[in-house]
Amino acid sequence: MATTKMTIAKALNAGLRRAMENDPKVLIQGEDVGKLGGVFRITEHLQKDFGEDRVIDTPLAESGIMGTAIGMALRGYRPVVEIQFDGFVYPAFDQIVSQLAKLRSRSRGAIRLPVVVRIPMGGGIGAVEHHSESNEAYFAHTLGLKVVFCSNPTDAYWMIQQAIACDDPVIFYEPKRRYHEKGEIDLDASGPASDLFSARTVREGSDLTLACYGPMVRTCLDAAAAAEQEGRLLEVIDLRSVSPLDINALTTSVTKTGRLVVVHEASGFVGMGAEIAAAVTERCFYALEAPVLRVTGWNAPYPPSKIEELFLPDLDRVLDGVDRALAY
Amino acid sequence: MSDSDVVDVTRTPVQGGADHYESTLRHRPRGPHDGGPEMIQMLDPEGQRVDMGGAGEYAHHVDALTPDELRGFYRDLVLLRRFDLEATALQRQGELGLWVSLLGQEASQIGCGRAMRRQDHAFPGYREHGIAWCRGLDPMRLIAMYRGVDRCAWDPEEFGLHTYTVVIGNQVLLGTGYAMGVQRDGAVGTGDPDRDTAVVAFMGDGATAQGDVNEGFVFAGVNDSPIVFFCQNNQWAISEPNERQMRSPIYKRADGFGFPGVRVDGNDVLATYAVTKELLDRARAGQGPALIEAFTYRMAAHTTSDDPTKYRFSAEVEMWKLRDPIARFKTWLAHEGIADHTYFAQIDAEADALAAQVREATITMPDPPMGEIFDHVYVEPHRQVEDDRAFLAAYLDSFVDEEVA
Ligand SMILES: Cc1ncc(C[n+]2csc(CCOP(=O)(O)OP(=O)(O)O)c2C)c(N)n1
Ligand SMILES: [Mg+2]
Repeated sequence: MATTKMTIAKALNAGLRRAMENDPKVLIQGEDVGKLGGVFRITEHLQKDFGEDRVIDTPLAESGIMGTAIGMALRGYRPVVEIQFDGFVYPAFDQIVSQLAKLRSRSRGAIRLPVVVRIPMGGGIGAVEHHSESNEAYFAHTLGLKVVFCSNPTDAYWMIQQAIACDDPVIFYEPKRRYHEKGEIDLDASGPASDLFSARTVREGSDLTLACYGPMVRTCLDAAAAAEQEGRLLEVIDLRSVSPLDINALTTSVTKTGRLVVVHEASGFVGMGAEIAAAVTERCFYALEAPVLRVTGWNAPYPPSKIEELFLPDLDRVLDGVDRALAY
Repeated sequence: MSDSDVVDVTRTPVQGGADHYESTLRHRPRGPHDGGPEMIQMLDPEGQRVDMGGAGEYAHHVDALTPDELRGFYRDLVLLRRFDLEATALQRQGELGLWVSLLGQEASQIGCGRAMRRQDHAFPGYREHGIAWCRGLDPMRLIAMYRGVDRCAWDPEEFGLHTYTVVIGNQVLLGTGYAMGVQRDGAVGTGDPDRDTAVVAFMGDGATAQGDVNEGFVFAGVNDSPIVFFCQNNQWAISEPNERQMRSPIYKRADGFGFPGVRVDGNDVLATYAVTKELLDRARAGQGPALIEAFTYRMAAHTTSDDPTKYRFSAEVEMWKLRDPIARFKTWLAHEGIADHTYFAQIDAEADALAAQVREATITMPDPPMGEIFDHVYVEPHRQVEDDRAFLAAYLDSFVDEEVA
């Protein structure tokens, strides 16, 4: 098997390219995605190779980008929309919530909307306001949408293709501060190793389970490596999909470890951690030896970048959560 | 050059039905971008006083300016540019997270900013450093934002300057609503020059595609609100040229919303001043909104994160260099005998001093305290916010204890 070392950014680009090669109905649209290749260069060279009809530099209007993507999907296309930064998806929120999520049930299944909304998410890049948000809970709370996160190059490459192939709308989050992290990918593999909506155990352990997704997977793996130095064996689960949520993967792990800490960048209050804690507690209460704890961004708007390190869960804060869970 | 050259819509009928057209727009080469004959211009690029696009109608505002005021415009332009270049340099040296340069747009902003009155209120985007300057904001407040120290922590009412707005177009609706409030306060059309108030909402060319901007036009139009929409058409929205955002000139859109629109040479400080002054006076008098398209050019990258060589030709930038807003004004001032070498040298020295001061203040600017995360989220305390504040404080203390022990 021939593997290639690639960044998440390049893997996404390769995945998009392959999806476009395989299906002429796949289109890309967004701000600066054409000639520039996107501000993160995720769509680099795609316009040159697939033409302006398939890679569209749109006017600067997210509601327009989203609404017209839905319209093109109604006409049989598979649009992949790029939202330039997490904080700029809100002008499109109405189209996403009122149309993208609901047209299928409204039409009693007559309509399918295979639309992918790519959103570079999260903080840690020293950006100005609105460029560091984690807004997955809004979309996960909107049934009718599926919400996934890639966390490494192999997943980036396959998951983007799986999302495009999916007949339901998918909000596809990309951890922007990890765009340049590298990993080995087998570009010749015939298909992905896992289903788009299943979690993956990325490190096995017996003492405690860390559940995470997107940018926090790397943080949790680092924390687990550090914990091992102290003789603590942490299991790390990359959820990959937060809607649908792979609850079985969590209950299986928690049944083994008895402890669960959920880690995400978004504020804790009414975040994914709350849903996960409730769902796990409902299912394996007697297996738990400690309450499910959350290590998350604080209950406040994202701060100015000079102190974003204080806001974002890091290795120390994950280990602090682990200590607290193990103290029960 | 006519309008239709600026944003040409060449449509070719396709065989098989009169209703079907194929657009050839995307294949059209970019035009010469000189603003066309409809552009109001008072100073041409060579610094000659001209009367273009019906400038005469506005000339009395320029005639009323004193030599001191004119020299003041020059000082504003030079200091602003120097501040902007210093900020770019500071970003390059890692002192700022980002800088959004206004290079080339100084005359648009100084002309507009100096036409505003104390009681007026500006709603800027993120590039309006010249407006902030004219409103009397300490430029270090802008540096603080782009250094990642705060998020525009000034009091808008103190300066008649709303916070910077990064989400494209949001501020246009806010400004429109503010103007609706001004109307309800009876602060329009009284004839009292210190009471009648107008709002200026800023946006870029790309922003004109946003729903918020168009809705702002609708609301201001139906309410006859005292607001001037000031659009700096710098020809680019990051990598996308005007052609990707619109098919008819920006200023012409006003007509469809029921208020006047004008295109002014945004690199001509006299014209931007005179046109803005006229339309602000009109708004304060209760005659409703207006749209100004300041035709200018983004000489620098979109921001310090951007690489414009990927999408535009340097020849275009070179051509716009010849239309520099400061050079032409300096030539004119000298020619008119309003300012001389001594004055220009004095302003250069002042600009050097400003740059040094900005540099020093940036390098020594402290990081915000931890409390900045939780302070001011609500007017009244909120349980979950306060819980996290206490949690983080205890967590940070645990490290201090460890270090002591
Ligand atoms: C709602 C929203 N979408 C996208 C962005 C990202 N973005 C920042 S500036 C910009 C281009 C703006 O162009 P224009 O309105 O012409 O203003 P200019 O920057 O040229 O002054 C874009 C797309 C944003 N800030 N807000
Ligand atoms: Mg622009």
